[in-house]
Amino acid sequence: MLDDFLVRAALAGLGVGLAAGPLGCFVVWRRMAYFGDATAHAAILGVALALFFNVSVFAGVLVISILVASLVSTLSGRGLGIDTVLGVLAHSALAVGLVAVSFLEGVRVDLMAYLFGDILAVGKTDVLLVWLGGAGVLGLLWWRWSSLLVSTLSPDLAQAAGLRPDREQLVLTLALAVVVAVAIKVVGALLIAAMLIIPAAAARPLARTPDRMALIASGIGGLSALGGLATAWQFDTPAGPTIVCVATLIFCLSAAFGLMRHRLG
Amino acid sequence: MRLITANGLAVRHPGHVALHDVDFHIDRGEIVTIVGPNGSGKTTLLRALIGAIKPSEGTVERMPGLRIGYVPQKLHIEPTLPITVERFLSLPNRANRAQSQTALERAGVPSLGTRQMTSLSGGQFQRVLLARAILSEPDILILDEATQGLDQPGSAAFYRQIETIRRDMGCAVLLVSHELHVVMSASDRVVCLNGHVCCHGAPDVVASAPEYRALFGSGTGGALALYRHDHHHHHDHDHPHPHTHEGAN
Repeated sequence: MLDDFLVRAALAGLGVGLAAGPLGCFVVWRRMAYFGDATAHAAILGVALALFFNVSVFAGVLVISILVASLVSTLSGRGLGIDTVLGVLAHSALAVGLVAVSFLEGVRVDLMAYLFGDILAVGKTDVLLVWLGGAGVLGLLWWRWSSLLVSTLSPDLAQAAGLRPDREQLVLTLALAVVVAVAIKVVGALLIAAMLIIPAAAARPLARTPDRMALIASGIGGLSALGGLATAWQFDTPAGPTIVCVATLIFCLSAAFGLMRHRLG
Repeated sequence: MRLITANGLAVRHPGHVALHDVDFHIDRGEIVTIVGPNGSGKTTLLRALIGAIKPSEGTVERMPGLRIGYVPQKLHIEPTLPITVERFLSLPNRANRAQSQTALERAGVPSLGTRQMTSLSGGQFQRVLLARAILSEPDILILDEATQGLDQPGSAAFYRQIETIRRDMGCAVLLVSHELHVVMSASDRVVCLNGHVCCHGAPDVVASAPEYRALFGSGTGGALALYRHDHHHHHDHDHPHPHTHEGAN
């Protein structure tokens, strides 16, 4: 079954969608959208370094993502203008990565595949990595769920309850780096943040509790991946962007539903 | 029994000293009020006591296994985060429906369980925060300007609720406020803070201390009298609280 490239693509997309949804909720709740962008864009630099040192792209992206995510975490605690810092980091990481890739002589790099994803080319190892990484992220969120929620609502409240909000921030940083590393093949560095934010935003009008919102976001993420892949196959469009388009469509429907319910009472 | 003890506490931020030379303690079952003008380091002191910030100097000791019920000054909930009152009460520890209901009743808001947190009024929100804080059956209840944004009858009612909770649950209460008139009469001790401890002692002693008057003027003493009348429902001038009149002058 895994010999069929479409099955592999579907499984990889589904894995990323399911894991990105709940993590994306925290990205939305904590206003970390730019944080996701910076980490994802830096992944291109990770690709360049991985190819240069001849190690697996997954490892290269993971290491760079963790580094950049930790850097952003540290800077955000220092009272700098955080949106400016992130704006600088998100774009400079991408630019530096692109320049670094151009230095790689003798290696033919299909840059488009890393910028926009190449889901139809994922191999068995990629599928395995996506599911291992995705399961790891979901497991981590499940384990820390309550502490993460309290820390998100109010770090002081968490502290008074004997929790360590800084540690929970680290958990999210790690989870984000793993999602970026497994998602780069599926939707590409430019659109990873979209897979985090759009399903979460789409889930918001449909949920009354954070737990429900995370579950729904996970479902919407998975649905977008499968729906997007099917659509891309049907209309011969690029798969990564089509997945994001389907997620956006679900977001629009959900937002319209939310508005209507609000009007009606 | 000492619940929290601070010795020689100092907290420095880059460029200014928020607190220095602060000695503080609170015992089981006590009500202690920290008063001070804006920027006097009240919130900083609370955050140091719960361990949210590390002191630059001095020590903070909490009784081992101390359970803290914390009611923050304000809590902003992102509109993107859906959460019902019931779910909020279950953070971080899962509370069953009966426990949640008891806590809501104690806090004076028995029928809010299914509402969204973002749809509550200021007073309801503070009471839900209070309900969450008492759910863990804390040894000490810490409230940071918990009545900000409430009108005077609202604050007075809120503090009466806290007195009742203290009576029922036997927990210590640590209040931070600049609304001295509504708080002080119920306190066992008042600590007047302005970067350091200017004066401390029983409410009446502090209200007439020169250091306190230098910070707040004597006008607030009149408001203190006003609250006592209200609280004890005496409206004549023949009641047994001489200090309130002294304060009103």
